[in-house]
Amino acid sequence: MGGTMVLAWNGIGSSIDPAVDYDQNWTLLNMIYDGLVTWKKVGGSDGNTLVPDLAQQIPQATDGGKTYVFHLRPGIMYSDGTPVKASDFVRAIEREFTVPGPVGSFYQGIVGGDACAKTPKTCDLSKGIVADDSAGTVTFHLTAPDPDFLQKLALPFGYAVPSNTPDKEVGPSNPLPATGPYMIDHYTPNQEILLVRNPKFHEWSKDAQPQGYPDKIDIRLSLTSEAEVTMVEHGQADWMYDQPPSDRLNEIATQYTNQVHLNPVPQVYHMALNTRVAPFDNVKVRQAVNFATDRAAIIKAWGGPQVATPTCQILPPDFPGYVAYCPYTTNPGDGKWHGPDMAKAQQLIAQSGTKGQKVAVICTPDEASKAVCLYFVSLLKQLGYDSSIKVLSAAVEYPYVQDSSNKAQISFSYWYPDYPSGADWFDVVVGCNGFHPNSSASANLSEFCDPTIQKMTEKAIQTSVTDQAAANQMWSQVDKATTDQAPWVSLFLPKHIDFVSSRVGNYIFDPNVLVGGILIDQAWVK
Amino acid sequence: MSTVGGLEHPIDPLADAPPEGWVAGRSPWALAGHKLVRNRMAMAALAVFLGIVVVSFMGPFYADHVAHTDPFASQLTATTVINGKKVDVLQQGGGVLKLGETPIGPTWQRNYFLGADSQGRDVAARVLYGGRTSLTIGIGSAVICSLLAVIVGMVAGFYGGVTDSIISRGLDVVWAFPVYLLAISIATVLLTQGLTIGPFSISASSLWLPTLIIAVIYVPYVARPVRGAVLSVREKEFIEAAIAQGASNRRLIFNEILPNVITVLIVLLPLMIATTILTESALSYLSIGVQPPNASWGTIINDGQQLLYTRPWVAIAPGIMIVLTVLSLNVYGDGVRDALDPRAKLRVKD
Repeated sequence: MGGTMVLAWNGIGSSIDPAVDYDQNWTLLNMIYDGLVTWKKVGGSDGNTLVPDLAQQIPQATDGGKTYVFHLRPGIMYSDGTPVKASDFVRAIEREFTVPGPVGSFYQGIVGGDACAKTPKTCDLSKGIVADDSAGTVTFHLTAPDPDFLQKLALPFGYAVPSNTPDKEVGPSNPLPATGPYMIDHYTPNQEILLVRNPKFHEWSKDAQPQGYPDKIDIRLSLTSEAEVTMVEHGQADWMYDQPPSDRLNEIATQYTNQVHLNPVPQVYHMALNTRVAPFDNVKVRQAVNFATDRAAIIKAWGGPQVATPTCQILPPDFPGYVAYCPYTTNPGDGKWHGPDMAKAQQLIAQSGTKGQKVAVICTPDEASKAVCLYFVSLLKQLGYDSSIKVLSAAVEYPYVQDSSNKAQISFSYWYPDYPSGADWFDVVVGCNGFHPNSSASANLSEFCDPTIQKMTEKAIQTSVTDQAAANQMWSQVDKATTDQAPWVSLFLPKHIDFVSSRVGNYIFDPNVLVGGILIDQAWVK
Repeated sequence: MSTVGGLEHPIDPLADAPPEGWVAGRSPWALAGHKLVRNRMAMAALAVFLGIVVVSFMGPFYADHVAHTDPFASQLTATTVINGKKVDVLQQGGGVLKLGETPIGPTWQRNYFLGADSQGRDVAARVLYGGRTSLTIGIGSAVICSLLAVIVGMVAGFYGGVTDSIISRGLDVVWAFPVYLLAISIATVLLTQGLTIGPFSISASSLWLPTLIIAVIYVPYVARPVRGAVLSVREKEFIEAAIAQGASNRRLIFNEILPNVITVLIVLLPLMIATTILTESALSYLSIGVQPPNASWGTIINDGQQLLYTRPWVAIAPGIMIVLTVLSLNVYGDGVRDALDPRAKLRVKD
């Protein structure tokens, strides 16, 4: 225990405010803040197990799945000495609407949530979240049972914040006081964030929030991934946040073999095919592109078979409801992808009568994204389309492809589930509820909405309130049905590459979305 | 009796040949041409530039008949033969982990002469195709820019007054923006939707888009010297004489003024081409110029940036071509300037 761990980071994500940041800084935020529940901080698939954090235990839902009563652990304080109170959680969830944060819809099922979504300025969740500061209880009342509610509470949007936290984003100059083992000492944008030990922290649950090993965690910002590799090689940094560039992979793998760690993450990289815009409004065209896609070639462009494995379906392995399924391959039947079936693809394209149409493949300027898109430009030309690439800056691309008014035809994307549930895939990213016309916050890029599949999805969600095993079987059926309709060309399942310095010990990989890599504070530096 | 050069010579207008001791008169154009041809540096630079043009426009021949490759199609799983052995164009990393896929390096043979890029495409073929694109856009935008600038500069300089004020202030506004910032801003906007003006539509992937953007942003840089030259010529006695003889504005512009300001354009054109090629390369390098899979020298440098550690030739080769092209055009442009107007200090500055 002790020492300073130095991290190299291209750029801090959207915000250090847990109500605002979506995914990018969770690796840091989960060491600084806590919610009522969290996922177990361990390696392997056990990292997706929900455990109580600031709550004494995970409550059973009552009132037909609509009420949850949490009892706070006593004696927990913020780093500024203020005690953590039950009402802090009301503030946290209200801020998701008032600041606003990116996922107010996650908490819209709380009584009063609908009104907060409509008029955030007057958001009042006091009826939906009843806090009793003296008894230390927080009671959530939902309008309908939500089997994923506890998972949603485990996300950073549900982290406790002092009740006087303003209705605006908290910036680098005044970070929120911490509850976790570390607190932000200072944050100089584009230069450095220094985390130091939180003097008020004591370990209340090793599973939820274990004491960290390093005394300080120094995050150096605004570095290119090339520079990050060099820093780790020279021992100037202990871990690089970003993935090593493909140009350096062979170098680190051959010269620093023991410092490279490869682990699968539950992400699915895919091409989203817009099911409402020609030619992909024709299911035969979507299936044809799926048949024609040489996933092995794409994996080569991504960095080789050691860093990704091919897939054809929506759900990733080790996910509730996953059963291997791949209809878009030569010799189908065993659930694996074996090779592209060009003859079948060309037959389907001929039947569709869409040859010669213009298709723009949309991607971001980064090397990997462009490489995959260029492959698809070539493939679509081969299939008879007038294809071109449209490279949009990273800041523009995602809002652009989400907005249905732009009629984006095909775009490269990936999905990292917010929580381990089929609903986060089939009700969000390829479900009717994830499509919001003419909005730049519409996660369903394919604009896919099949009424029959949606009914299956809703049934699976309802079933999971009472019978998770039965629900998982249903998710498997939803996965098959959706894959057959081909709203995506599912491409590959990536492996996360962690490159650490030679002085790092106790490397633990946590695949959970909060971490998605090394458990930073559980590693030590010699 | 007339005097020439201080010497007295009898003039016989009916004589077929000039008398002995006379120096045959030459037009200013012939004199400039003679001076330019005698400038060895300028001629060498012109030869280099023309060489690059010829080689670049032979790109399709090289790809089809020498390298036997399609430089625009992804070749991620392609193979080639080296020393009788079949090898992958993208080669898996070594060691225990076998991480990464490295494109094949220069083979110095017919195909993959300069190696492959990360899509497995033949870099040499792409550099030639890229040269064709960069030169086409560079020359095209310089010519369009010059035409626009002549119109704007002539109108402003000839009509003067309110017309001149409005045009000049408009040019000042464009001039006030850093040229690359302006180009990047316009390109970023147009690349999402393309450009539609009335019945005319240019798609986002069309080469016309970067050509027009580059042409427009440099108009003030040419229009202002043209306007200055027009203002100067307009005050000359021969213009006053033409006006006194009742010459129309059209005649004044096209017959009297334009031939006298065209030298400004001729001097500026090589320098403009050099500048527009550089601008095109910069925009394409930033992914907002020529759109892949089309190649230009800028896009190839962008591709090569990701391979600097393992395959530096992907970026170096187009870089050398840009340097040679711009250098040769600048040297040639200086020669043209010296030949036509040795006192001028015209330069296109970014």
